[in-house]
Amino acid sequence: MHNTAIALIQLGAVFFGLGLLGKMAWRIGISPIPLYLIGGLAFGQGGLVPLHGIEEFSHISSEIGVILLLLLLGLEYSAAELMTGLKRSWTAGVVDIVLNATPGVIAALVLGWGPVGALAMGGVTYISSSGIIAKVLGDLGRLGNRETPVVLSVLVFEDLAMAVYLPILTAVLAGVSFVGGLTAVGVSLVAITIVLVIALKFGRYVSALVDSPEPEVFLLKVLGAALLVAGVASELQVSAAVGAFLLGIAISGSTAENATRMLEPLRDLFAAMFFVVFGLNTDPASIPPVLGWAVALAVVTTLTKVATGWWAARRQGIGRMGRARAGAALVARGEFSIVIASLTVASGAVDGELAALATAYVLLMAVVGPVAARVVEPLARKFTRKAGTSTAVG
Amino acid sequence: MIGRVNVEVTPLPGIGTRQDFVIRAGRRIGVITHRDGKFELIVSHEDDPDGCAASIALTPSEASTLAGLLGSPQLVAHLEEQHREVAGISTKQFPIIPGSRFDGSPLSETELRTRTGASIVAVVRAGSVHPSPRPDFVFAGGDLVVVVGTSDGLTAAAELLGGG
Repeated sequence: MHNTAIALIQLGAVFFGLGLLGKMAWRIGISPIPLYLIGGLAFGQGGLVPLHGIEEFSHISSEIGVILLLLLLGLEYSAAELMTGLKRSWTAGVVDIVLNATPGVIAALVLGWGPVGALAMGGVTYISSSGIIAKVLGDLGRLGNRETPVVLSVLVFEDLAMAVYLPILTAVLAGVSFVGGLTAVGVSLVAITIVLVIALKFGRYVSALVDSPEPEVFLLKVLGAALLVAGVASELQVSAAVGAFLLGIAISGSTAENATRMLEPLRDLFAAMFFVVFGLNTDPASIPPVLGWAVALAVVTTLTKVATGWWAARRQGIGRMGRARAGAALVARGEFSIVIASLTVASGAVDGELAALATAYVLLMAVVGPVAARVVEPLARKFTRKAGTSTAVG
Repeated sequence: MIGRVNVEVTPLPGIGTRQDFVIRAGRRIGVITHRDGKFELIVSHEDDPDGCAASIALTPSEASTLAGLLGSPQLVAHLEEQHREVAGISTKQFPIIPGSRFDGSPLSETELRTRTGASIVAVVRAGSVHPSPRPDFVFAGGDLVVVVGTSDGLTAAAELLGGG
């Protein structure tokens, strides 16, 4: 009994503390993710107060957090949206990969983490945070802007890229042979194709399978299906997260909307736990040595994301101001960079320093992203005015 | 004449749909329909047509009220169009001024048809249209009464409805 009491008190303190942090974050206009990470760093391994007795719960709930993050990402887009997004934005998507994965890959190689570490760090610096970006665009009233569809289609492409990338990463981390890795990639590509076809042609049957007019029945069915699919996918070495993502894509229409509405609070709860656990398992003392690298990566990948957005927006005939806004909007990195880092660290295949670098990097980028999106307009205006007056004089 | 405008429909993956068009003054105005049924009214910047000067969140009932307010004059224009072929007949709308004679009284009490020869074809209230109101329809201040008649009849109707 006594242990239960302590566990409850610890868990309650953690959630309540996260609530306070989240409130503070939104008040100053940034994402709560960096604060959750800091919260996790403060406790646990090498932190101020070690937590005992809730490790098992926090571990499994952080796994559920990842599954729900990816499930809701899949629910957000219909298969048709993904297909048109893919067709319309694949060039921008490729530019995005080349520009933004390269800095991470180079950093990992220079730090001596080998090709596996390079694959992971490339993912960490590549993937933007669609959660942070969607929230910031909404808050700043930019959903009606002409460059916003460009930003969103880049995000759609990134999310599809994740569906291919995560199984590859999982396979490589598991240390499978080259043939084994190819098999995993093959399995995941086939799975993605099948799911897209099913979702496009028979999406309503999948939806009907989980749908129910009773909220609690619906919740249990959707959550159950997500965990089942994730578990099976994980057993097949395709990564649990990707299984959940594909299930999310297959569920469509009003079922998807209801599922999103119902699962959003659950996702926020478990995802917060995921960030905390990641922070808990990272020793704060390991961060200062990699801080220089994190800052360098932050600077470089801020510029490369701005360049990506600028280029993609220009192709759609957007003006200079809109191009700058599109670039700045894409800067934020967050939940998925941490998902990649946590998969990597959990496998033990790569130096633990990677977790420290990824944490420091996301801490920076989750703050820099929203700030960049906010200050880009006044900055660009100042810049263009200066350029304008100088040309007028000259 | 009611001109046609080209409305551009743009899907916003994960959010909903944007429908907008460029008005003659050069600005872009439109509506974002969120997946969860919320609406946003958007108006572009004057000097930056890509960006939005305002995006205003509207509940479904607010959106339909605004649509009615903007759409009801169109009703008159539309009726005018229909009656164009019939020589000597036109359409006008008159407000029921709050606190005036017919504020709160039924349509039959105006005896509009008997006195002026013109007919009431619709009443616009708070943005929504009540077509062919019955004699027991009770006016309220702020209603717009749409009347069809000859120009003499309409002048008389204006005096009757407005003068009271």
